[in-house]
Amino acid sequence: MVILALCGGLSAVGLNNRHKECIYVAFGSAAAFSACGIVVAVEVLSAGPLALSLPLSSDNGQISFGYSIMVDQLSAFFLLVICTLALPVSIYSFGYVKEYEGKYGLGRFGLLYNLFLLSMVLVVTAGNVVAFLIAWELMSLCSYFLVTFENRDTEKASAGMLYLVMTHLGSALIMSALLLIAFQANSFEFSAMKDVGQFMGVDVRNLAFILLLLGFGTKAGIVPLHIWLPKAHPAAPSNISALMSGVMIKTAIYMLIRTYFDFLGINGPEDAWLGLLFLLIASVTALVGVLYALVEKDYKRILAFSSIENIGIVLIAFGSALLFKAYGLNDLAALALIATLLHVFFHSLFKGLLFLGAGAILHATGTRNLERLGGLSRRMKVTSVLFFIGVLSVVAVPPFNGFVSEWLIFQSLLLSFTLNDVLVNLLVATALGMLALTGALAATCFVRFYGMAFLARPRSREAAVAKEVPRSMLLGMAVLAVLCLLTGLLSTNIIQVVDSVTTPFAGTSIAGRLTNGIVLETPVSSFSSMSPVLISLALLIALPLAYLFATRYGGVRAVRIGDTWDCGTPLNERNEYTPTGFAQPLKRVFRGFYRERTRTAVERGADPYLRRLTYETSIPELIDDFLYRPIVKIAVGLARKVGVIQTGSIQAYLAYIFVTLVLLLIIFR
Amino acid sequence: MNDLLLALIQAALILGLAPLVTGIIRKVKALLQSRRGPPVLQPYYDLRKLFRKSSVISSDASWITSVTPFVCMIAMMVAALLVPVFITASFGSLGDLIVVVYLFATARFFMALAALDAGSTFGGMGSSREMMISAIIEPAILLSIFSAALIAGTTDLAGISQVLVLGGTDLLRPTLFLAFAAFFIATLAENARIPFDNPATHLELTMIHEAMLLEYSGKQLALMEMASMTKLMLCITIAWSAFFPFGMATELSPLPVAVGLIAFLVKLLLFALAIALIESSMAKMRLFRLPNLLTGSFILAFLAVMSFYIL
Repeated sequence: MVILALCGGLSAVGLNNRHKECIYVAFGSAAAFSACGIVVAVEVLSAGPLALSLPLSSDNGQISFGYSIMVDQLSAFFLLVICTLALPVSIYSFGYVKEYEGKYGLGRFGLLYNLFLLSMVLVVTAGNVVAFLIAWELMSLCSYFLVTFENRDTEKASAGMLYLVMTHLGSALIMSALLLIAFQANSFEFSAMKDVGQFMGVDVRNLAFILLLLGFGTKAGIVPLHIWLPKAHPAAPSNISALMSGVMIKTAIYMLIRTYFDFLGINGPEDAWLGLLFLLIASVTALVGVLYALVEKDYKRILAFSSIENIGIVLIAFGSALLFKAYGLNDLAALALIATLLHVFFHSLFKGLLFLGAGAILHATGTRNLERLGGLSRRMKVTSVLFFIGVLSVVAVPPFNGFVSEWLIFQSLLLSFTLNDVLVNLLVATALGMLALTGALAATCFVRFYGMAFLARPRSREAAVAKEVPRSMLLGMAVLAVLCLLTGLLSTNIIQVVDSVTTPFAGTSIAGRLTNGIVLETPVSSFSSMSPVLISLALLIALPLAYLFATRYGGVRAVRIGDTWDCGTPLNERNEYTPTGFAQPLKRVFRGFYRERTRTAVERGADPYLRRLTYETSIPELIDDFLYRPIVKIAVGLARKVGVIQTGSIQAYLAYIFVTLVLLLIIFR
Repeated sequence: MNDLLLALIQAALILGLAPLVTGIIRKVKALLQSRRGPPVLQPYYDLRKLFRKSSVISSDASWITSVTPFVCMIAMMVAALLVPVFITASFGSLGDLIVVVYLFATARFFMALAALDAGSTFGGMGSSREMMISAIIEPAILLSIFSAALIAGTTDLAGISQVLVLGGTDLLRPTLFLAFAAFFIATLAENARIPFDNPATHLELTMIHEAMLLEYSGKQLALMEMASMTKLMLCITIAWSAFFPFGMATELSPLPVAVGLIAFLVKLLLFALAIALIESSMAKMRLFRLPNLLTGSFILAFLAVMSFYIL
């Protein structure tokens, strides 16, 4: 597999100048690579773990350094998630990257793309700290280069810079946390770190928890560490955005599960604060994400904010899993953990689809501004239908996959009433309310997105002349669209597999009680049940009934085509509703959050009746202003102060070295 | 099998009686306003008339416009399978109350998209306002039914009503009243009633629900109207069966079923009366005053859940 990816990448560089071959080789090998990945993942999920150690490991007596690969059930699941998305994205890329021909080096793109895929796979299959950190860094760097791939655009370059800084801050925290654990385990091997948390001091263990939360939280995009995400994800080419939002940020979830449940372990009620902390952060993340998604004008940024929201939802489930585990309710912990993994998987599918769809819109219109779109469903028929399936999944319409995972998350939150702690109960109830609010706001957000981009009349020339995208792009999206529906319908089967992944962490297997044929149930007997298959069956039976009744009753009548009611003024793009106008009522409801700034200016001319009115509105980035600006200010200020000693003369530096040396000698005498 | 049969009968009852409820509300309103008003069966006549007319769709519209009336209708039909009416049974393995709420959300989602589809300003206005209201009302609905679910220990609607009926007055806790109040407000908002929206208005600046249907005509309009009426009926039924299901039959024998049916009809009348009274004694609120009332409902629902834990 590794070789395949490297070959693909390197040969892509070699073929840099022969565009067509370059594309075929690069993405062909990427597709083959993902197919291999799926096979390996399925193999491991059905047969058992796989371990591989490279012979270059050297033993220095105490701690062995080396490079080892380990694929257990959890890794295999994430491998499956990554490769299932990577395959259609690679197919899609055949058509998508053609627009870079002649503008940017395709060979470079092919290499980075393959390396990026490889690094993500290596992250989830790393068997020790060294392997993990190398892969993690490789993943960060590849994605940085991909974000800044269109490097003649300064905005994209600065987005990349922010991403690089944030991701390295995160890496530093992760590295220190992993070192803390490694020193306790006295080994860098992940297998030796299992359950090492119980031997660690309480403070050290809590410190590790916090460091991991912040470190991986930066990658996952929790509020307020998310600021890089809405800048970097839209800046990358759309197929990369799909991978970044779909799976890259999920590698953080993988490591959270791995470190929290596998290494540190959740021991008892004294760890409950961790679950509550996660619930709090996750609810805020989900809500802030969706609120910003609601008012954004750049549609790729809408999707990026929606990813933040969904990471929030995933972490709500993860937090409740921690909580249940802390109180020893293993059944419910398993339920919540299954919900976490399912949402990770399903989100990667529908968000991948949505980003690919966004790429298709960008390909066809060349603009990222939602205000300039409209009427695309008549011009890009297939894309509009495929994209719509992604939208149905993200707003959790039954029986699509987003609904199934959201249902499970609701159930696990509701079942928290079995906990006997009023404070915890109330906090979980708050999270429940937040989740419901988030869901409803997400629906609004996507009505706005889909309605403004695909429906009604075009608002600009670019949208009016848009054409359907090439077949390979449609095929990539179609695969994901089919998966969105299928994984929803087959969720009872998928849960069986996911249950085998979560069993070692939750300490119990609940698949037998969670599924009953095609019906999903909760582990607490007769609490609730739901069946995606039956729902779709009922809908499918109801449809012809309604259709036959409507068309036959009262006689068959033709459907005529007429103009939209226009009150006598001809309709054009200027009297259509705009995305800004659509979000206005909610902006007003949540004005305390948005703190929108508006400016109205009237320019009077010679004619008293002809005036020019300008209306400007902007939403400040609160978190930037109140959290990061002061930090940057302090850091810059401190740097200036320190700068005083940097005189630039070599003698002074030699003196510093001498003084330091003397001081060190005195201290460590 | 028995459950499925009962669910089908109850669903048929909901669909069949839905226009009647709307007719009763209109009649009572007319009487309160000293008008004679149209006959109680007028909604049926209206639907029959609409089904005989052909539809006109906008030349700007896409497939969403043609699909939406059917989606709204079948979502309501499936939701009707999940709601117990006179006996505490429904097609439970299909789904629970979360499914019902999400089916409502599905119908609303399609309706809001269809409103944008023709590119008319009214549609956009209606769609945008409807989504604002629903964004706050959906969590209120979920939380209020959740509090009933917490008391009953199940999220299955039939299960909730069964537990409450069998538990009798022992289970009558403040939670239920708070949740009912929240749900009542939510029902008014969800079904575009005064003070949130005026179902009889066509005044362009105030309408919400009607603005979304503005481009529909003929058979398609009939389906949309039918779906809206069914939704009102479903909300009323859920309000009674989730919070005060008393009188519902718990077994399939003639006497309890008859009592259940009568109790259901009485409750239906009571609710219709309440809506009519509110609509005759209140004016529609200004759009941007609505969020206060909506958040009120949300907070009531939240208090309901809290009181379950604290009291």
